[in-house]
Amino acid sequence: MLPFILKRLGLAILVALTVSFISFSLLFLSGDPAAALAGETASGEDIEAVRVLYGFDRPMLVQYSEWLMRAVRGDFGESYYFKLPVASLIAERLSVTMILGACGISFALLTAVPLGVVAAIRPNSIVDRFALFLSVAGQAMPSFWFGLILIVVFGIKLGWLPPSGASSWRHFIMPTVVLGYYAMPAIMRLTRAGMLEVLNSDYIRTARAKGAGEGRVLFKHALRNAIIPVVSLAAVQMGFMLGGSIVVESVFALHGAGYLAWESIARNDLPTVQALILIFSMFYIVFTFLADVLNAWLDPRMRSS
Amino acid sequence: MSKDMTKPLLSVRGLTLDIPLARGTLHAVRGIDFDLYRGETLCIVGESGSGKSLTSLAVMGLLDKNIQRRAERMDFDGTELTRASNRQMRALRGDRIAMIFQEPMTSLNPAYTIGDQLIEALRLHRSVSRDTARARAVELLEKVGISAAASRLGQYPHQLSGGLRQRVVIAMALMCEPELIIADEPTTALDVTIQAQILRLLVDLTKEMDVAMILITHDLGVVARVADKVGVMYAGELVETGPAAEVFGKPMHPYTRGLLRCIPQPGMTERGGELGTIPGIVPSLIGAVQGCAFRTRCPHATEACGGEIPVRGEQSHRFLCVYADGARSVEGEPA
Amino acid sequence: MSVKKTTAPLMEEITGPTPRQILRKRVTGHTGLLFGLAVVLILLFVAIFAPLLAPHDPYAQSLSSRMVSPVFLGGTWEHPLGTDHLGRDYLSRLIYGARVSLLIGAVAAAISGVIGTAMGVAAGYFGGKVDAVVTFLINVRLAMPVVLVALAVVAILGGSLQVVIGVLGLLLWDRFAVVMRASTLQVRRREYVAAAQAIGASTSRVILSEIMPNIVNNLIVIVTLEMAHAILLEAALSFLGLGVQPPTPSWGLMISEGKNMMLFEPWLVLIPGVVLFMLVLAINLMGDGLRDVTAPENRS
Repeated sequence: MLPFILKRLGLAILVALTVSFISFSLLFLSGDPAAALAGETASGEDIEAVRVLYGFDRPMLVQYSEWLMRAVRGDFGESYYFKLPVASLIAERLSVTMILGACGISFALLTAVPLGVVAAIRPNSIVDRFALFLSVAGQAMPSFWFGLILIVVFGIKLGWLPPSGASSWRHFIMPTVVLGYYAMPAIMRLTRAGMLEVLNSDYIRTARAKGAGEGRVLFKHALRNAIIPVVSLAAVQMGFMLGGSIVVESVFALHGAGYLAWESIARNDLPTVQALILIFSMFYIVFTFLADVLNAWLDPRMRSS
Repeated sequence: MSKDMTKPLLSVRGLTLDIPLARGTLHAVRGIDFDLYRGETLCIVGESGSGKSLTSLAVMGLLDKNIQRRAERMDFDGTELTRASNRQMRALRGDRIAMIFQEPMTSLNPAYTIGDQLIEALRLHRSVSRDTARARAVELLEKVGISAAASRLGQYPHQLSGGLRQRVVIAMALMCEPELIIADEPTTALDVTIQAQILRLLVDLTKEMDVAMILITHDLGVVARVADKVGVMYAGELVETGPAAEVFGKPMHPYTRGLLRCIPQPGMTERGGELGTIPGIVPSLIGAVQGCAFRTRCPHATEACGGEIPVRGEQSHRFLCVYADGARSVEGEPA
Repeated sequence: MSVKKTTAPLMEEITGPTPRQILRKRVTGHTGLLFGLAVVLILLFVAIFAPLLAPHDPYAQSLSSRMVSPVFLGGTWEHPLGTDHLGRDYLSRLIYGARVSLLIGAVAAAISGVIGTAMGVAAGYFGGKVDAVVTFLINVRLAMPVVLVALAVVAILGGSLQVVIGVLGLLLWDRFAVVMRASTLQVRRREYVAAAQAIGASTSRVILSEIMPNIVNNLIVIVTLEMAHAILLEAALSFLGLGVQPPTPSWGLMISEGKNMMLFEPWLVLIPGVVLFMLVLAINLMGDGLRDVTAPENRS
């Protein structure tokens, strides 16, 4: 298993480097970052001054390697807007996003896996149809719109939940549902498909022939095998969800990293945007790496190879 | 514990399996009768699709939910299987009736070690400690000829070859000392050289432990070597049943004779001579099935074959045919 | 004769329905596919004939008739779905919005389809280093947070229809590449591909006439799913104010504009959201249905 982990780690690092280069290059997408930074009213001299101040006059690769060396040490430069270190800005906001992401994926797993299992045990039953309906609707639901509807219904008309903010756990309920619902359909479909396939396999028949009860057959023998691909999907979805938190955080005015990203993009605060893209990508890379390792460990066929 | 040797261990009468399909009901198995005594080996032979496997699953109560099972009687040592509750069936399965499936590559759970799976088989039915169960597992692995048995317990199925896995499956079936083992083509998926070993092992162990066995196969060579009794199945019916010596010595049903002609027999088949084939196609079993199913391929078929077919023969050797002698005389066989 | 009777069903099986008859039967028996197809066709019709169907100019403001209620909430037939905060006819904006959504969805899916298919087929067909590079690029692409990158690029380049289409087209090729790579790998091993190579067919000929026809089913399914994906993303970008810019009628933008008034006039948010939901649902159902009908074995 160690060679597999090392190979996978190498890939993760290579992907991370490539992503870091792409997020750094964003700065140059606008043509002249110095002109953009100096503002529309700036004179040619002002722009030149900014260019030298920020080091834009040097070759791009030199700037990239300097930026990367600092980024590795946790220094992402200074926010154009807040005039504060980007790293501390993000650190302050990241916990909200992490909590939201953890709640969202937990909500998705806790609803999708049981529904998928029941749907697979009783194909074409009412539960199966309901699960299918939920997943088809979930895939078509614009999450920002779903969030707004929840705010109107539960936040305002019924007044059960606070419509926005992040000051108590109750503030996280609606965002969790919206973010979790985004990841639910895929997890449910995979659980259902996996369980259906596993339940038709010979070793399930063997377990029944041994005299194992239904509960034991389903949970010990079937789910254990069907859940393996779900683990890696959940990690991938977790990565997507952190990236998607930008929409949910802006709808519910949750001041997390996603909200910061939205504000920074609107304010042209490129160092912050670069750092956030890099950090969100890192989360995805780390999650998928861990998932692959966990997967290899869960699947004895991979563990021993 | 005194066991009644005069009563059959398993007695099946009129077992019928129907599968409702969109195009009509598939009458997969129709009115099967057989008796199996303690320690006996019954071989059920027939082509693929003749209903052999379904019959074995019907005894285990492991049929898919959409298959309808009916029987006048399915008596296992005093328990009527058609009326047994799920709980009763579960208590029987793996304990008193064990099953060995065709595919050793897929019939073990890839997520657990073989030790876990062997131990589970015992502990589902006996309240013994893990250590006791472990000792029993080692003992049986040795019995089925696996070397270094104790160290094998920690291995996963994918680490074993097909032949080794089937040995594990056999050991698993024997964990609770069952009275009946149903083996559904246990060697078909294995290499030819391994097939004979595994079969020999299975037969020796059942004899040694006095376990009755239903062996499902399409290999007549196997049947001739191991069977006490033979049941020949064709298109969902047992067309001929009887003691192995009688069925092989004096095959009554035209299909049985056809089958026997398909295999070369030492001393009887001439070198270079042609082996027999049975021309024709198995009829569809969807919708109303009437008369002898073999009549579409039988060289002796007449109008009467489309009607009611009488059960013929005496005592334990019985067959289904409109001809009183199973058309033996027409084929020039000795009466 | 009795013998013939039993063989009769067999003949029926042999002279069974042709593949085309089976396909037609599957299509007409698939409610989801029919529903999806119907909704998509209707909205396509609406988008194409928007100038003829819209009762008003979608850009015409009328400060005297702002936020008129739709007809089912006590409004008049003059503005069947009411007007927005600038007095623009909501139904007309909705109708023109279909153009924006469908255009962005179709063109973005086409661009990413070309990129992803080329990459996927090349990876699957050539294998080795090509495959390693493509797989690496897919990994890089998946690691980038789509919404964030799209927002940032649109913010830098300025929000216009062309920029949004271009950005989405360049970002959504991952699924095409993954699926086309897998399908090509599968098809490449078949005998007829080896046969074509054996008679000396050129690489491009093998890909175009042996591989492509056999993976085009999967391609069509991904095209529909990615089209739905692009439409949802455009709506999200526009909602966040960094997609299509006002006054262009985009459904996402309409929801964003209605958001401030949603406490008092929830229909401003509800109506464009429902239409957006229906379109995406219909396209997804169409895609799922096409997969079920053309390749039932690939059902997930």
